[in-house]
Amino acid sequence: MTGGRERDPAQMQPPPVFLERQSYRRRRLMDAARLLPILGAALFAVPLLWPNAGEGGVRMSVAITYVFGVWAALILISAGFGIAARMVQPGDQAEAERKP
Amino acid sequence: MSRRVLLIEDEPNIAEAIRFLLTREGWQVETHADGADAVERIASAAVDLVILDVMLPGKSGMDILRELRDREDTQTLPVLMLTARGQSRDRDMAEKAGVSRFMTKPFSNIEVLTAVRDLYAQASQT
Amino acid sequence: MTSLNVLVAVCLCYVVLLFGVAFAADRWASTSRSTWLRSPLVYTLSLSIYCTAWTFYGAVGYAARSGLEFVTIYLGPTLVMIGWWWGLRKLVRVGRSQRVTSVADLISSRYGKSNTLAVCVTILAVIGVTPYISLQLQSITLSFNIFAEADPGESYVEQSSAFWVAAGLAVFAILFGTRNLDTNERHHGVVIAIAIEAVVKLIALLAVGIFVVWGIAGGAVDTLARIDASAIGQWQVNHGRWATITFLAAAAFLCLPRMFQVMVVENDDERHLRTAAWAFPLYLFLMSLFVVPIAVVGLEILPEGSNPDLFVLTIPLGQGQEMLAMLSFLGGFSSATSMVIVAAMALSTMVSNHIVMPIWLSAKGGGASVSGDVRSVVMYARRVSIAVVLGLGYFYYRMSGGGAALASIGLIAFAGIAQILPAMVGGLFWRGATRTGALVGLTVGFVLWLFTLLLPGMGPEVLAPSVLEQGLFGLSWLRPQALFGIEGLDPMVHSVMWSMSLNAAAFCIVSLLSFPSPLERLQGAQFVNVFEHSAGPRGWTGSVAQSEDLMIMSQRIMGAREAQEFFQAEAAAQGSRAFLPEPTPVFLERLERELAGSVGAATAHAMIGQIVGGSSVSVEDLLAVADESAQLLEYSSRLEAKSAELGRTARKLRDANEKLTQISLQKDAFLSQISHELRTPMTSIRAFSEILRDTDGLERVDITRYAAIIHDEALRLTRLLDDLLDLSVLENGQVTLNLGQGMLADILDRAASTVLTGTPKPLRIRRNSGSEQVVLQTDLDRLTQVFINLISNAQKYCDAADPTLTVSVHDVGGRVVVDLLDNGSGVPADAQKMIFEKFARVGADKAGGAGLGLAICREIMQRLGGDITYLPGQGGGAFRVSLPLGLEIAAQ
Repeated sequence: MTGGRERDPAQMQPPPVFLERQSYRRRRLMDAARLLPILGAALFAVPLLWPNAGEGGVRMSVAITYVFGVWAALILISAGFGIAARMVQPGDQAEAERKP
Repeated sequence: MSRRVLLIEDEPNIAEAIRFLLTREGWQVETHADGADAVERIASAAVDLVILDVMLPGKSGMDILRELRDREDTQTLPVLMLTARGQSRDRDMAEKAGVSRFMTKPFSNIEVLTAVRDLYAQASQT
Repeated sequence: MTSLNVLVAVCLCYVVLLFGVAFAADRWASTSRSTWLRSPLVYTLSLSIYCTAWTFYGAVGYAARSGLEFVTIYLGPTLVMIGWWWGLRKLVRVGRSQRVTSVADLISSRYGKSNTLAVCVTILAVIGVTPYISLQLQSITLSFNIFAEADPGESYVEQSSAFWVAAGLAVFAILFGTRNLDTNERHHGVVIAIAIEAVVKLIALLAVGIFVVWGIAGGAVDTLARIDASAIGQWQVNHGRWATITFLAAAAFLCLPRMFQVMVVENDDERHLRTAAWAFPLYLFLMSLFVVPIAVVGLEILPEGSNPDLFVLTIPLGQGQEMLAMLSFLGGFSSATSMVIVAAMALSTMVSNHIVMPIWLSAKGGGASVSGDVRSVVMYARRVSIAVVLGLGYFYYRMSGGGAALASIGLIAFAGIAQILPAMVGGLFWRGATRTGALVGLTVGFVLWLFTLLLPGMGPEVLAPSVLEQGLFGLSWLRPQALFGIEGLDPMVHSVMWSMSLNAAAFCIVSLLSFPSPLERLQGAQFVNVFEHSAGPRGWTGSVAQSEDLMIMSQRIMGAREAQEFFQAEAAAQGSRAFLPEPTPVFLERLERELAGSVGAATAHAMIGQIVGGSSVSVEDLLAVADESAQLLEYSSRLEAKSAELGRTARKLRDANEKLTQISLQKDAFLSQISHELRTPMTSIRAFSEILRDTDGLERVDITRYAAIIHDEALRLTRLLDDLLDLSVLENGQVTLNLGQGMLADILDRAASTVLTGTPKPLRIRRNSGSEQVVLQTDLDRLTQVFINLISNAQKYCDAADPTLTVSVHDVGGRVVVDLLDNGSGVPADAQKMIFEKFARVGADKAGGAGLGLAICREIMQRLGGDITYLPGQGGGAFRVSLPLGLEIAAQ
């Protein structure tokens, strides 16, 4: 990808450094967005390491707090990506991306 | 019973001339100008003699003659053939196909009449 | 106490409300471009049909029995949604660009439009989803039961209520799923209705949860304390199940027909995914948040042995909160109805498109292209399919007795549907995946699922206990729950592990070993590289200017100049002045052949079919493929060009040779012809002159008549000799041209009047005198002779009832072109080459002279520096005379 300059003739004039930077940000944002489900899967797998009921078992309230906490965090981060993506990519150009 | 002849000829003037000659001789003359259905016409007409032109629309006189000779009911029917092309090749072909008499146009009227009389006499004898 | 009648009335009102909303939404969608119908929020809410009654009621029961394991059902989809950039985005893009109508269609389309695969997926889906539908019927019936028990005054029959529920749902699904046959398979009304139901069920569950936590348990902290003190107070899950069910839920989320329907087929805008990526996990989060508290409080306060699956209803009822119970009931009702409606619609699309229609079309014997009633057949098939699917669900419910056997069916169904995953993911990301691979993988997975999970789960009547314990045919390694001797696993984990791994393995290995068809490879490229081939999010475009699209595509494959020439020639052949021809079947057939020369028959067929059929591959996609092919073909096309040139030369030689042979035959026949043509009039002359000489007593009339015949035939002889001489002079180039200046209109006037005066046979001549005002410098008499010949030919040979000759004059590149077109049957194709030769006569018509007219015309025109040609394909006999404005006879 060669930056937004070639793609949007309407924005011919702004300094190229800024556009390159924007395009760079966008790509890093995509990377982060792709990492999110992997992070989520790892975090949801953590309870598998906990000992089962019996001596030193984990209380249900703790388990619930952990699972739902991770869940809420994932949702917030995901929403954050959505908003950030919209701010970094004004208009409809988000989809002119490279393939994953 | 009158003698009947079927004349297959597509030039109307020639047909008219032959009709005139044979009618005066006491023949009942029927004419037909198309080659395509000539064989059926001949077979159904039950005539004593056929006069056949070679260059006909639809089907050539040669082909008509061959078909006539292949059919049982017309195998021995006397056929007098007329052609305006007049090459010896045509005569050979016609004789091979089983023509009774072959004549080149232009003919003299007396030739035609003689040929018709001869053919009719031969046919009545057998 | 809320009476059952009130409950039924509320249900009916609710359904009527949904009807109204759905109806209005359909109206809005068709009349205005209202944006909120297509908002990301509606899309997100429509995804919530993932949460069925199994979720609404069953999650609490699940939690009461197995603790926190229930949450895995929602964690899987959450991970899929927040990871939308990996796979979902591609799935939706492919679905839109390929105009996919169902999950079966997706699989079939990816693997070369194989209907076998589509049928397999459809059957799998029907088998997997039918018990699931029964589960929804059961939940509605059970919830009615709860109210009926509390209202002993009413007589209530469980079976009949299940029947009426099923029938009602069928009617709703038919009314809104099959009202119109949209090629995009989208249903705004239904989507809006299920979005509302999504809100209702969320509010209902939250309300019950809030009531339980703050109304009964005394706040969040107290609730957590109660949870820790309860029977499920400690973290205890089966590790294998935790991971397996998370995976299964993620897989089913992608593969379930109803999820595919709302997520891909009903998707309006790809960008909605960006919102749904966090909003749908949030929805799931909220739906799960109060599940454990409700379960714990229910276990605590309700009598021992109450069904935990119905705590959501029984807790408010037990506490006397009738309105809350009613709301909760509506929530469960919404969950069940929305799932059943969408599932029935999705399944009916699959059944009608992939099973009913192919059968109907083959029974009709290819009548699809001619009959216009296909659409109504499709609608009919859909409606019947919906009824059949719901009927199946109902009978399954009756057969299973509606007992606890149904409760476990949700996960079993998930495991069955998930068998589609390898073929789907492989198809999206791996170009090497083949149809055979997908078919084998699906079959292996399906059979293993059937044997290890579904059949054992259906009880001893279906699968004998001996098989369960000793294995199939007594082979211990074929025990359904311990395949290959692997024992001690949870049956669910065991089944998913074997079926999914062997499914994926079979799919990969067979794909590696088999070879895909061209169409498969084309489709594979379309799917895997969808982001390179489709430009950004697109609306569902309507019809496109097909000829233009075909033109653009052909240019890329055939080369711009060739394509343009081909199209222009076709347009001209269609008699149109426009540059682009109409996409008639004939033209398409020819174009396909033309393209097949470059890219092979199958691909050409697919390409044209897809542009003209407008069904699955977008034009942009095709262009992308065309570009690829163009590069690949560059070298070979250069070779082809050379061999084509050789071919053309050979063809020309063959033509020339054929013509020479024919001409030599004609030369051979020339003498014979001359002889015949001279002898024929001679015969009449001789016969009649002899008659006149030898016959006595002829009538006066006859004498005159015979003399006239002799005279006519003598003239005919003279004419023939004139023609022969004329031709011979022209052929030898001994002619002297008598040059002069004259107006074309005058020449035509003269020719027409010469032909038409005194003839009995009428011929209408249509002329445009304006265009005939052309001054010519030529031999006017010779040119007139040519037109006389052509006009009299038309008069003799035109076999129309009302013979008309149209004369049109054009200026083409500095030359005057005169076209003479009659409305007869024209010259047969095999005779067109020969008509300008001497003695050539079409058919055995005696109407003309010796057949020298056109030969003379051609000679004259060549002397005059022009030409005369026959124009084929004009719908009648058509001759074109072209000649220079000035005289260019130069060096002859």
